[in-house]
Amino acid sequence: MDDTFSILSRHISTVILKQPNRKIRYDEALISSGLIDSFNLVDLALYVEDTFGVRIDDYELNADTFDTLDQLVELIHTRRE
Amino acid sequence: MSTFARVLVERLRREPDAAALVLQFARQPERIVTVRGLLRAAAGWQRRLAENGIQPGEVVLLILQHGSDLVEAYFGCVLNGSIPAIMPFLTEKLLPERYRAELTALVDVTRPAAVVTYADFEPEVRAALGEETSVRRVMVADGAPDLPAEPDWESLPGLRRQPDDIALLQHSSGTTGLQKGVALSHRAVLRQLEVYAAALRLDPARDVIVSWLPLYHDMGLIASFLMPLLLGVKLVLMSPFDWVRAPYRLLQSISAHRGTLTWLPNFAYNFCAQKIRDRDLQAVDLSSLRGVINCSEPCRAESHAAFAARFAAWGLNPAALMTCYAMAENVFAVTQAGLDGPVRLDVIDRDALQIERVARPASGNGRAALTMVSNGRPLPNVAVRIVDAEGNELPERSVGEIALRSDCMLTEYYRRPDATEQAFLLGGWYRTGDLGYLAEGELYVSGRKKDLIIVGGKNIYPQDIEAAASQVPGVHPGRVVAFGLFDEAAGTEEVVLVAEVDAAGEGEREALAEAVRQAVTRSTAVALRQVRLVGPGWIIKTSSGKTARLANKERYLNEIVKGDA
Repeated sequence: MDDTFSILSRHISTVILKQPNRKIRYDEALISSGLIDSFNLVDLALYVEDTFGVRIDDYELNADTFDTLDQLVELIHTRRE
Repeated sequence: MSTFARVLVERLRREPDAAALVLQFARQPERIVTVRGLLRAAAGWQRRLAENGIQPGEVVLLILQHGSDLVEAYFGCVLNGSIPAIMPFLTEKLLPERYRAELTALVDVTRPAAVVTYADFEPEVRAALGEETSVRRVMVADGAPDLPAEPDWESLPGLRRQPDDIALLQHSSGTTGLQKGVALSHRAVLRQLEVYAAALRLDPARDVIVSWLPLYHDMGLIASFLMPLLLGVKLVLMSPFDWVRAPYRLLQSISAHRGTLTWLPNFAYNFCAQKIRDRDLQAVDLSSLRGVINCSEPCRAESHAAFAARFAAWGLNPAALMTCYAMAENVFAVTQAGLDGPVRLDVIDRDALQIERVARPASGNGRAALTMVSNGRPLPNVAVRIVDAEGNELPERSVGEIALRSDCMLTEYYRRPDATEQAFLLGGWYRTGDLGYLAEGELYVSGRKKDLIIVGGKNIYPQDIEAAASQVPGVHPGRVVAFGLFDEAAGTEEVVLVAEVDAAGEGEREALAEAVRQAVTRSTAVALRQVRLVGPGWIIKTSSGKTARLANKERYLNEIVKGDA
């Protein structure tokens, strides 16, 4: 769990936000807050697929499917089982 | 000369069962809409508008997501002789309060008689309207009402409009208070379509236009919506919301419907080339494409090359890559390139461009060169000239403001006589605010006169961003500067913001930078690429106290970027 979290957190801050020092909290809203731009959602989905082998469909790329890292980590774990 | 409603009814008589439109939205089955189906639904909307007392010549503001409601209500306005204007829907990024302020400003200038929106958005709209509003009805889109019988088309008020009546408004994205609605007559739009279609050799029997573009922008509304629907070319329409999450859908649609033409802003070439996986291209065949037309952002040779290389194996013909220079004030296209041979590239001396403002062909001798992409020749009904600050015409290869004159210009900025007057030079020449040069009859666009930033095809005013950042406690109000920096990988500009603060500690500064990002995103829907916090006195102001954006950008590049290296 923690590993998935830290991998995702690092990817989002360094690659997507390009702010390596930015800490992302478990419960921080990513999509509904506008932190992750709609142009970056496809990047995040491709990264999740390449890294964890879990596909998130494009119609799932919204705050209803996951908004926080917590929820994204859970989604990944549920789909890997 | 005809009108929209007349053209549509003639199309209905000619080919009622032709597929006018294919609607493709994520998680919904594809929907094919015939000419008859589209006009019957539009006639249902017309009846509702009339029953609600909405008159011909009155503005109807449409606040709807991309989908059949928007399309049907739009043509309902046309059949009612009313003037449709599309307002972008609220996105997750934008603060509802901010959106409300924009809506209030738009309504104040445009004075619509009605707003069409969804039931659950109605309270938001009402809150924005205030008490003494021009809006008499807020109408809810809950599917088009069925008509009991074939409407009596000739009796519809839209059929009695005159060619010089205003057909529609297009709102250029702008700062609140500077909201300008471009008012276009039936005559102007139909003239543009006639000339542009001839330039493209548009053929209803052969061509299929595929688009994901937003309908509140001229490239989406004119080239990829009104042109096909009015001229009888099949249109496959997707939502920008879906496309940005799944860019491969555009290519799948082109393949499935044998699409021949699609318009894209420059960044979309990079976005498609970088973010589409092979597995989403199985059985995709792009060989039907004869025009992928780059428009609305500066066109980059690298973006074309990346797109061509990425999709060559899927049948993309590199000769399909074209460019166009367009603006809402001319309805749409001003120039078009690439139909008779490849788009020209002009390799010029960088320093001559930047210092002497002359586009001199590069000599080679170790001097830095720039590759400019041609936007092509003016359409036959458009004259283009390059002018200096006083409006005098400049010679070939001199860089100046692009001015144009045509017989398909805007009627006015709606209810903004001040803005209309400012935009024109003597003799009816319209000043575009873009900088460029002419060489051998072709137009090259080199930049903007104003400080406008274009991100992903969307116009962004730095003063909006600066105002939002100035609101953050800890930032010196007015001591903030925003500007665009070109990002090679993304093929578009990104926004950088520099703000003067007192905060010294690293943690304090990080928190402040984060607060600035959030404030800017929520009030302008712009994601900042970089926020740089600097000490007091850093920002350069002009003698009149205005922020000198170009000087600050140069200072930023010199000090900060070199300091990072």
